[in-house]
Amino acid sequence: MANYKSLYQEVILDHNKKPRNYGAIESPSHHAVGHNPLCGDHISVDIVLGDERINNIAFQGESCAICKASASMMTTAIKGKTRAEAETLIQEFLAMATGKLSHDACPNIGRLAVFAGVSELPTRVKCAILPWHTLSGAFNAVATTSTEAEQDPMHAPIGDA
Amino acid sequence: MSAIQTTLKSRSSSAFDVERIRADFPILKLTVNDKPLVYLDNAASSQMPQPVIDRLVRYQTTQHANINRAVHYLSEVATSEFEEARRKLQHFINANEEREVIFTSGTTDAINLVMHGYGRKFIGAGDEIILTTLEHHSNIVPWQMLAEEKGAKIRVVPINDAGELLIDEYEKLFNERTKFVGVTHVSNALGTINPVKEMIAFAHARGVPVLVDGAQAAPHMKVDVQDLDCDFYAFSGHKLCGPTGIGILYGGAALLENMQPFKGGGDMILSVTFEKTTYNTIPHKFEAGTPPIAAAIGLGAAVDYLSEIGMDAIAAHELALLEYATEQINSMPGVRIIGTAGHKAAVLSFAVDGVHPHDIGTLLNQEGVAVRTGHHCAQPVMQRLHVPATSRASFAFYNSMDEVDALIAGIRTVQKIFT
Repeated sequence: MANYKSLYQEVILDHNKKPRNYGAIESPSHHAVGHNPLCGDHISVDIVLGDERINNIAFQGESCAICKASASMMTTAIKGKTRAEAETLIQEFLAMATGKLSHDACPNIGRLAVFAGVSELPTRVKCAILPWHTLSGAFNAVATTSTEAEQDPMHAPIGDA
Repeated sequence: MSAIQTTLKSRSSSAFDVERIRADFPILKLTVNDKPLVYLDNAASSQMPQPVIDRLVRYQTTQHANINRAVHYLSEVATSEFEEARRKLQHFINANEEREVIFTSGTTDAINLVMHGYGRKFIGAGDEIILTTLEHHSNIVPWQMLAEEKGAKIRVVPINDAGELLIDEYEKLFNERTKFVGVTHVSNALGTINPVKEMIAFAHARGVPVLVDGAQAAPHMKVDVQDLDCDFYAFSGHKLCGPTGIGILYGGAALLENMQPFKGGGDMILSVTFEKTTYNTIPHKFEAGTPPIAAAIGLGAAVDYLSEIGMDAIAAHELALLEYATEQINSMPGVRIIGTAGHKAAVLSFAVDGVHPHDIGTLLNQEGVAVRTGHHCAQPVMQRLHVPATSRASFAFYNSMDEVDALIAGIRTVQKIFT
């Protein structure tokens, strides 16, 4: 059996309690709202994408600790990266969280490996991936997204992973 | 533990031998995450005792064939056992006649049967259907579909902050366009026991029929459809220590006879030509196709098992569990009970300050404690009480006071992790 305790690690509890980059950005270049209709959780993601890099990113919403910590750690990981780098990280995170890749096989995953354990909790995977799903929606100018949408990574193949 | 808590904890154990009952449920011996399973999700589905499991095995190993058809031995045995199960269910809810008991696939199917069979025939444009804020989605959505199709209107009985229906408001909703009332006997999300008998009397005085959703009531209290005087009563087998895929619709014979069939097919007909089909008599008119025969017979065994323990004894033990758990939770800082009606079944919805219900559910599971988290398929209740979701512990007669302690200890662990 999975050791569930490993999911609620100090780093996740800390980001839940003190989320980084929490709030809204006044004039974002990209914005999306993500919604998990199964539990009512929702978060919004704002980005300021410059010519080369993500200059600013913020999120806010109502969610469980796993979702909020995932969003918080996503913002710290993404800020300052190029869009291509961010999109690679989205793919790696989704593949890791859904158990398609181990965290060792995700070269850019870094500290986000703390979410690897969620792949063993099928009912909680969507909590962890909602922020990433929403970020992807923001990049692709999809104003609202849902864990139950057609592009739901739970139901669609992720690249060749 | 205070003196009153000690009293509450010890109250049930003398009269009710819960350990002897627990021995009948093999699944309760499981461990989850190296902890003894503490199963507190009974409002979602209950567990099955050995006599019901044995009955299913006996049916499948010695009695199975299709019913109502062949003249051979097995078909006759299966038909007779299936109809015997119907009689057991008839007595369980004190229906006047066995033909008033229709086997469905569950409560949802039963409500949909009434919507199609009664609603589509007797409810039209401008007519009004009264529902309550406490309804499960299964007693909302079918009526919305009907209202959309017919141009009818849904009126909703509000609740107070404790989760009790406002009966004055219910009575004010009636007018000459009111054609139907749908009300849950017990709220699945909050545990509120609604005064359905009085509500039915009020509706009947105005000539309006009432469907009672009994999914959460039938497992926990004595249900007497004649005493309630309800027109329809729906419940599920799998919440009643029976199998999934089986449920009951009780309907008054005169009403059922006037209704149109819900599903067409075999068994529900007397004769078929391409020009005209003559429908079978009730209850068969509403039982198209091969029913879940084993599940029906299993449900018959389940109500035998429950009746042997006694629904009054079951209700008393569950009330003792609820009172003890309520007392314990009320003494915990940072934990709040959602749904504080004066008259409740053994459902305990709660919120822990600063902790999302899904995190509570996952962490309690780590302690072996199974609770439900989410909106409980009752989003209007959640919206009314301004909570996105709750954690819900729901008790059955095989739960013990020690299991309440395990729940409380689990909630303390959650609070410790999140401080």
